[in-house]
Amino acid sequence: AAEEGGPCQSKMAGADGDDSLYPIAVLIDELRNEDVQLRLNSIKKLSTIALALGVERTRTELLPFLTDTIYDEDEVLLALAEQLGNFTMLVGGPEYVHCLLPPLESLATVEETVVRDKAVESLRKISQEHSPVDLEVHFEPLVKRLASGDWFTSRTSACGLFSVCYPRVSSTVKAEIRQHFRTLCSDDTPMVRRAAASKLGEFAKVLELDYVKSDIISLFTALASDEQDSVRLLAVEACVSIATLLPQEDLETLVMPTLRQAAEDKSWRVRYMVADKFSELQKAVGPEITKNDLVPAFQNLLKDCEAEVRAAAANKVKEFCENLPEDNREQIIMTHILPCVKELVSDTNQHVKSALASVIMGLSTILGKDNTIEHLLPLFLAQLKDECPEVRLNIISNLDCVNEVIGIRQLSQSLLPAIVELAEDAKWRVRLAIIEYMPLLAGQLGVEFFDEKLNTLCMAWLIDHVYAIREAATCNLMKLVEKFGAEWAQNTIVPKVLGMANDPNYLHRMTTLFCINVIVHCCGYPYREITTKQMLPVVLKMSNDQVANVRFNVAKSLQKIGPVLDSNALQTEVKPVLEKLASDTDMDVKYFAQEAISGECLSSSTIVDKLNT
Amino acid sequence: MSAISASEKVDGFTRKSMRKAQKQRKSQGSSQYRTHSTPVELSPLPQLKDAPSTEQQELFTQKLQQCCMLFDFFDSVTDLKSKEIKRATLNELVDYVSTNRGVLVESAYPEITNMITTNIFRTLPPSENPDFDPEEDEPTLEASWPHMQLVYEFLLRFLENPDFQPSIAKRYIDQKFVQQLLELFDSEDPRERDFLKTILHRIYGKFLGLRAFIRKQINNIFLRFIYETEHFNGVAELLEILGSIINGFALPLKAEHKQFLMKVLIPLHTAKGLALFHAQLAYCVVQFLEKDPTLTEPVIRGLLKFWPKTCSQKEVMFLGEIEEILDVIEPTQFKKIQEPLFKQISKCVANPHFQVAERALYFWNNEYILSLIEENIDKILPIMFCSLYRISKEHWNPTIVALVYNVLKTLMEMNCTLFDELTSSYKADRQREKKKEQERDELWKKLDELRLSNPALVQNNSHGLLCNKTLVLLR
Repeated sequence: AAEEGGPCQSKMAGADGDDSLYPIAVLIDELRNEDVQLRLNSIKKLSTIALALGVERTRTELLPFLTDTIYDEDEVLLALAEQLGNFTMLVGGPEYVHCLLPPLESLATVEETVVRDKAVESLRKISQEHSPVDLEVHFEPLVKRLASGDWFTSRTSACGLFSVCYPRVSSTVKAEIRQHFRTLCSDDTPMVRRAAASKLGEFAKVLELDYVKSDIISLFTALASDEQDSVRLLAVEACVSIATLLPQEDLETLVMPTLRQAAEDKSWRVRYMVADKFSELQKAVGPEITKNDLVPAFQNLLKDCEAEVRAAAANKVKEFCENLPEDNREQIIMTHILPCVKELVSDTNQHVKSALASVIMGLSTILGKDNTIEHLLPLFLAQLKDECPEVRLNIISNLDCVNEVIGIRQLSQSLLPAIVELAEDAKWRVRLAIIEYMPLLAGQLGVEFFDEKLNTLCMAWLIDHVYAIREAATCNLMKLVEKFGAEWAQNTIVPKVLGMANDPNYLHRMTTLFCINVIVHCCGYPYREITTKQMLPVVLKMSNDQVANVRFNVAKSLQKIGPVLDSNALQTEVKPVLEKLASDTDMDVKYFAQEAISGECLSSSTIVDKLNT
Repeated sequence: MSAISASEKVDGFTRKSMRKAQKQRKSQGSSQYRTHSTPVELSPLPQLKDAPSTEQQELFTQKLQQCCMLFDFFDSVTDLKSKEIKRATLNELVDYVSTNRGVLVESAYPEITNMITTNIFRTLPPSENPDFDPEEDEPTLEASWPHMQLVYEFLLRFLENPDFQPSIAKRYIDQKFVQQLLELFDSEDPRERDFLKTILHRIYGKFLGLRAFIRKQINNIFLRFIYETEHFNGVAELLEILGSIINGFALPLKAEHKQFLMKVLIPLHTAKGLALFHAQLAYCVVQFLEKDPTLTEPVIRGLLKFWPKTCSQKEVMFLGEIEEILDVIEPTQFKKIQEPLFKQISKCVANPHFQVAERALYFWNNEYILSLIEENIDKILPIMFCSLYRISKEHWNPTIVALVYNVLKTLMEMNCTLFDELTSSYKADRQREKKKEQERDELWKKLDELRLSNPALVQNNSHGLLCNKTLVLLR
């Protein structure tokens, strides 16, 4: 009987395999492991565990377990909160999605902000998977419980959930939700008021317009005059959404008094927020209010006593001007904005100047050629000579938009001397930054102009006494060749580079090799003539250099050049040289020569051969 | 501010040069001077001590009003004369309220508080150094300190005057006043925070009606610091005040106070800048435990929950605090937490950072802790043994190895039989652990296979969801 029973039993075990293979106790043990890292790993694979258990047992056993053992490391809780947001299918689809609410509700009440936020995010996600009935039966009561929780954390979380359920519930429940939100806006704890203020705009968007006017506006006004500036500044954010929702004729009475007050708030944080959101506010209130109210407000922000505020406002100069109503845009800029901008150019704070420098060039497109030349160019020039490198760089990196307006000749006459001056700056990092802009400038200015004005600079950097500059200059050459093509390289660059091969300084001779490497890389096969006829002989000749560093760089270069040479040149010219280097007295030279010999180009047929056949 | 990181990309040296520039510009931070109207020139009033007693009160008021004029200290050359007059007047006022009796008549209170409010309550300026590191960097000092210091001094003398009457003052020193005072604790200037500390302490002592409010606001400041901004300069000062407040709590402790301990003080340990206020924080925690020993278990469990994972410096601080707690622990409480606690200590002892290991091993130099360990050696030795035995062979630092030998010896003397048992079963235990590990790997491999073989399951289901949705729409 035992013999017969054996296979039969194992068959049965296979049949209800889930139970014997993955007993819940074992899985839960994993979730309870003493080692946090292991616990975290298990939680991150919670979906696998759920899959092993099947939907039924996930609902009846796993979720209750998770709900009960919420006390854990925040790291684990965070992973759990995230996982549960994607669990709908694993509990059996939308009709069972409400099973996920209890653990998420507990997670939404923990202290750690990231956990709470993630729980709210997951709750928002699964709220969409609830049917309207389930939303009222299961979800909305949860929101209410959170909103009336004892400790501030649950009330904070509730603020993020109103807007997701509001649109899909009955009007009685809607009224309750509005009441709860109102209560939280005047909560005793500033943390909760901040949460409510930060969700005010979002909530306003889902409310009916009448309620926006009756409820939201009073809440907005109250929050915007809260005793704590951290609350007031969040109301500024909400202001954008609210103003967008209201019809133009209501803005003046419902929104503007509060906005005006915020722009002159005694706390710089609030004024900073206004400056930071200025473009959004401008779009939200429309052209008329912009002209009458925002222009003077913007002027004040640009002249604010705190540098932080001025910098934030300076950042918005271009956008603000761009979005001014076109009919009298130029006049507003010239009489109201530009005088402030002029002052900012010589601000005492470098963050303000650099914020301005990052946008000021954009004004030229708005103001046109004549104004740019007369009013803006002096400012650009001043900023280009600023003591702070970041200000100068912000100007240089935006040269293209001025170029479009005033043309290359104007630009070169006015700005180029300053650029050239920077290119010779005593600080190598400044020179480095300028080099990095060279390809961009070259592209903007064109080859002719480049050859005339900038080429000498680029070649001078190749013999800079700082390696990082020589390296960057080499890389710059590559980008220039990519832009201007191989023919240009052959005529302008190659002769100068090859000339350096005879330089008495071995560092410069090495630079020749580095340059050859990149030029070969750019020109490639179609221009192999340059390589074979001009560059290869020089490289080969340098293999006799007395400095070992040059010789092993020859080996390295040959390895790089190899792929564009034909097998004839490789066998008759390159191979003998490499073999000679391979028996060099210097260890490194030997090493790199052998590397090159064993490299694929010499051992197998080259690309060139393949193309020839 | 992102500007710094951007300029750093350009020039790694700017940061230093900027710091230098900041140092030169030091003591310029002030949002104090916000009135754009130019101040009226002050003219000196006669000395209070020279005035006939009938006119003194009137003159006192005039002087208080004169001191409401604010000056721009950003500009060191303007209004020099007026600044000097105000300074001298403030000095005289300080002297007046600290040496004379009977000067605090009822009508003086609003004038006094108005002068104080106008001078010290302001929005603190943005930090000059956006990545201000209180441990490394020089703080930005308050520019208008020459005046402000005297105003603080005056406030303090006012509160300490024997004639001071809280029942009158509470109309002016109210919740709003305290709220603004608390916000100033974020000042970067340590001199200002020091004054604030003493002043708030006096207010807490004299105004019974404000006590609950002050505690609640400190609560909010800490919660915001922990969970929102991670930035507040006055945490240490506030904790210092709280230390003496906790000292005065009546027994049994109110639920509010216990909640403060568990939900505010313990999470404060997670702060990045813990080093700046750890001493004060540990003091508060120990105060609580001395008041109510039954809080020991939740407190230690809380600390274990927030035990630092990567910061060795913080770990050393935690160990220090644990030792302070163990110094006052009751043996019955010790029994309740010994297992989780010594599991952590055993990890610390085996920490590759020698300072952490050393700090943990120093516990064995503490007579009281040693007696607790001896009493519970059956429980503690099995927990500690594995780590100690292993690092006695493996730790790179010879000092640690020497300390471990001593600790092992002490433990052996406490229970020789158990020690021998553990030594002989050490290998078998390790093998059992390894086997368990393998089993886990197997389990997860199987689970992963299941997952891989089952993508269809998930997809089918989600397909089902789509169908349902479409159906709803079609209806």
